[in-house]
Amino acid sequence: MRPAFSVIFLTTLIGAGQGLFLALFTVESYAAFGLLPAQEAAFYAQGAAVAFALLVLGLVASFFHLGHPERAWRAVSQWRTSWLSREVIVLPLFMGVVLVYGLVHGLGLNPVLARLPSAAPVTLSAIVGVIGTLLAFALFVCTGMIYACLRFLREWHTPLTVINYILLGGASGFVLATALAAYGESEHARHLLGAWALILTALAFLGRWASLVRNARLKPKSTLQTAIGIKHPKIVQKSMGMSGGAFNTREFFHGKSAIVLRRVKVFFLVCAFFLPAVILMAALAGLGDKLFFFAFVMQYLGLIAERWFFFAQANHPQNLYYQVVS
Amino acid sequence: MTQLALVIDLNVCVGCHACVTNCKEWNTSSPTAGPLSDLNPYGADPTGTFFNRVQTYEIGEFPDTETLHFPKSCLHCEEPPCVPVCPTGASYKRKEDGIVLVDYDKCIGCKYCSWACPYGAREFDEHHRVMKKCTLCVDRLYDATLAPEERRPACVRACPTGARLFGDIHDPDSEVSRAIREQGGYSLMPEWGTNPANHYLPRRKTRIRLHADELERADNPLKIDRQLPQPGKAEPSLDDVTSW
Repeated sequence: MRPAFSVIFLTTLIGAGQGLFLALFTVESYAAFGLLPAQEAAFYAQGAAVAFALLVLGLVASFFHLGHPERAWRAVSQWRTSWLSREVIVLPLFMGVVLVYGLVHGLGLNPVLARLPSAAPVTLSAIVGVIGTLLAFALFVCTGMIYACLRFLREWHTPLTVINYILLGGASGFVLATALAAYGESEHARHLLGAWALILTALAFLGRWASLVRNARLKPKSTLQTAIGIKHPKIVQKSMGMSGGAFNTREFFHGKSAIVLRRVKVFFLVCAFFLPAVILMAALAGLGDKLFFFAFVMQYLGLIAERWFFFAQANHPQNLYYQVVS
Repeated sequence: MTQLALVIDLNVCVGCHACVTNCKEWNTSSPTAGPLSDLNPYGADPTGTFFNRVQTYEIGEFPDTETLHFPKSCLHCEEPPCVPVCPTGASYKRKEDGIVLVDYDKCIGCKYCSWACPYGAREFDEHHRVMKKCTLCVDRLYDATLAPEERRPACVRACPTGARLFGDIHDPDSEVSRAIREQGGYSLMPEWGTNPANHYLPRRKTRIRLHADELERADNPLKIDRQLPQPGKAEPSLDDVTSW
């Protein structure tokens, strides 16, 4: 497939936004149960603002993918069958909840509504946070299933696709949250989030590596023989039926050599997983707070490459019909 | 339930592209859905949107090769994977005749349906910014102002060799059902369970078996009637001397 940068930015930006929100609510949950000193409301408000900004940027990027952005509202109608439609519904809902979550903290409108038997407070933000967490995971599932549900794009048709969207988005969000916690000079939150960011980055690496191993072993189900129905071992295409190319030759081929693909793979394995982990550990060891942001930027660049590779690696069966220009 | 479809006889197709050009002509001049636009048609790098392509394959190894001309358009699957993925409902399958269509007024141009089609049957129109595909000339089929024989897809009308059959594959007595049944009609990429409505008839070896006695006029009754002894085969018969 030809990687579309609109979709690359959409999925990486909202993934980081979702992960950041989950990180914020993780800190709040730890604090609510007394496992962490209570954090300032400003930390949550700023974090939610950054998460909201990432989600808005992702949404803006997605519009560049559409031929008719002005009709995008129609995309909410087919939620019964289409994962894309479900994503279009869940994304604005989640954005709204993130906004409310930020406002609840930022404006100090956070009353204790009830108490658990353990005396842990149930605040308004906790309820908003639980709803937001459910929506964040729902959005990850929707985004992942858009690709995982296409059964003949076999590189994508695996539970690993959804798992990796969750882990990669979660990792980048937690790394960013660690940086925000460092910026807010919250020592405990920084170490908690840093530890989770390292764990998620490691899990994301394992998940992505597993999908790379799986995809390397895939045997194509469709062949030129099944594509045209001629059972002969030796068939060569002589003409695609056009000389000037078509949508089919533009949309489904990345046009890069195998060497480029291999380099992108190495680049994203290093930049999305190893370097951010190393930088994060260095930052947590106290080698400078700016390193936290550097770790996020590095990981985000790596994830852009990762997403590019994700699309480029998918080999569409229609390509069997378009093998030679003449 | 009706399921309209094309049945393409690969044994008959000569790869002349008449179906391609007639399809393009009809669908680009449609007052409601046209044009089927081209980009840079007179420039150095022309490209365009088509509903139908004729591809060519070489089967076998020289000198034992055969050329296959392979017309390819939307197969109007009975389980179309492109329909449920559409977020707007622009991509739909008509209940009354099984034609898979795109509502150009609802399409947002996200291209997701083209990803979901294993056959590459859909082409994005860069001018209209919507996804397009073969309509089986739905704007001809039910047009009462056209003569009955013209209420068929443009590609079928154009085919000079009659390689394209059109009809209802759910009607067991239709020409297309009979052709599929009796001539080994098959569908493309059956492994995905899309159940394409369009079928292809395989190439066949056409051979005439003649026995030696069929080359001679051994059973010519006019000769048999002659008096014995039987005259030689080279001698003139009544056929050669009489004008009937």
